[in-house]
Amino acid sequence: MTGGTGTVPANLSGIASRRDQSPAALDKPVKIEVDNLNFYYGPKRALDGINIRIRANLVTAFIGPSGCGKSTFLRTLNRMNDIIPATRVEGTVEIDGKPIYDAKVDVVQLRRKVGMVFQKSNPFPKSIFENIAYGLRINGLTKSKAEMAERVEESLRQAAIWEEVKDRLNESALALSGGQQQRLCIARALAIRPEILLMDEPASALDPIATQRIEELIYDLKKNYTIVIVTHNMQQAARVSDFTAFFWLGRLIEVGRTDRIFTAPAEKLTEDYVTGRCG
Amino acid sequence: MRKRADLLFQMLSLATLIAALAALGALVYDIFADGASRLSWSFIVNIASRNAEEAGVYHALMGSIWVIALTGALALPIGVAAAIYLEEYGSRSRIARFIELNISNLAAVPSIIYGLLGLGLFVRLMGMGQSVLAGAATLALLALPVVILSTREALRTVPSSIREGSYALGATKWQTIWHQVLPMALPGVLTGLILALSRAIGETAPLITIGALTYIPFAPDSVWSKFTVLPIQVFNWVSRPQAEFKANAAAGILVLLALLLSMNAIAIVVRDRSQRRGRV
Repeated sequence: MTGGTGTVPANLSGIASRRDQSPAALDKPVKIEVDNLNFYYGPKRALDGINIRIRANLVTAFIGPSGCGKSTFLRTLNRMNDIIPATRVEGTVEIDGKPIYDAKVDVVQLRRKVGMVFQKSNPFPKSIFENIAYGLRINGLTKSKAEMAERVEESLRQAAIWEEVKDRLNESALALSGGQQQRLCIARALAIRPEILLMDEPASALDPIATQRIEELIYDLKKNYTIVIVTHNMQQAARVSDFTAFFWLGRLIEVGRTDRIFTAPAEKLTEDYVTGRCG
Repeated sequence: MRKRADLLFQMLSLATLIAALAALGALVYDIFADGASRLSWSFIVNIASRNAEEAGVYHALMGSIWVIALTGALALPIGVAAAIYLEEYGSRSRIARFIELNISNLAAVPSIIYGLLGLGLFVRLMGMGQSVLAGAATLALLALPVVILSTREALRTVPSSIREGSYALGATKWQTIWHQVLPMALPGVLTGLILALSRAIGETAPLITIGALTYIPFAPDSVWSKFTVLPIQVFNWVSRPQAEFKANAAAGILVLLALLLSMNAIAIVVRDRSQRRGRV
């Protein structure tokens, strides 16, 4: 890769309309506010003094080299790291102004509000229908069978997979292709109507066509959801995100409008990374 | 040279396998030769008798079925619950590690020790008497370590991505275990259960210790009935001086073998079903 300061990567120019780089984006309310967050795996500090505001109904991308802490940070936003033993959090994370690491917070309620899609698609070894119905059922969100079927269809439509699976809802989810499985997992996350959707490299295991479908989906979903996406792929970050945050060795180096991060980064490290000179 | 060592090892493995199978084959053949002539429908539905020609295994067969069904009913829920606690809830506490070590040791304790425990605990202290329930409870103790260990093993094979997927949807720990982890672990759990029950069904010593009778004039009709089981009946016949009873003993062993094999067949069917349901 070549190019220096101020060179717009080719992939950025053609699809700029997809990203919201208007001044109005800055007026969107803050959905997630993180203040001086440290995170430890045992004695090892994995995140170091993270401060960031994530705005509602926009897509924020986390980029950075492997092991830089971007996935770890993503997982602190729905307290997914709680299930890993010997981890510790310092600092505050507020969602809608409420601290989520407060002792009073019900983690189960939090995760209903903050959905998550994983790097490797992880459908349950059950039917397509049951995969979607599970979240509705355990949270008691539907009153009748008809309502359940309605919500399942709605979620599958939102995730743009309904047409492909509507005739085989009772077949195993494991029979779907990789890209379909990932969209099923997105539908599953959407079924319980979260407000925030965390996506941990959702397209890293998919082919270009499946990746494109996921990216289009992300664009459609931001009308209704606040989306945070971790990605290895800088072109992807450039294509789908409105804001980009660059992580390096557990620290948040820089965050800003995606256009600016890719064309006029303030930090030397960011510039070196987005131009492919390091990382 | 390395190739030759490889070949040698392969031959050695094969030879050991053949030897083991040959021994088993000889045993089964011998039993068939002795007992096949006595095997008939009347042998199965007749009750024990002083007359070798008229004697059958009905009461002992019914006793075995009662005891083994109840043993499974006791050992499965207790064993699975214990394994879930150890694996999912308490796996890092010191006490859980201590318990775990002891469970492995328990699996190696001679079965007559369990018989003595059953006699003291169930028959006398808890007042169950020499009943089917006391026998099943004793055999359940014997089966528990195997059930617990294999269930833990099965729980461990469930990928963490499935757990995370469930937690991410707002599932509680219990919902995750009950709806996702346990169904995926079920085939492994059932395999462990059937191994444990296969061992329990052949046990004689602990049941004699708790006082299972060698002759009873009735089949069990409740968990409080006195009972005998096939291995005890076989043992009884073997110890008779008359040669005709030896044939009865061989035929009894064949019935026991058939019971064991059909139990395993049921387990395999159930396991395959539960695996297929996963894939739909």
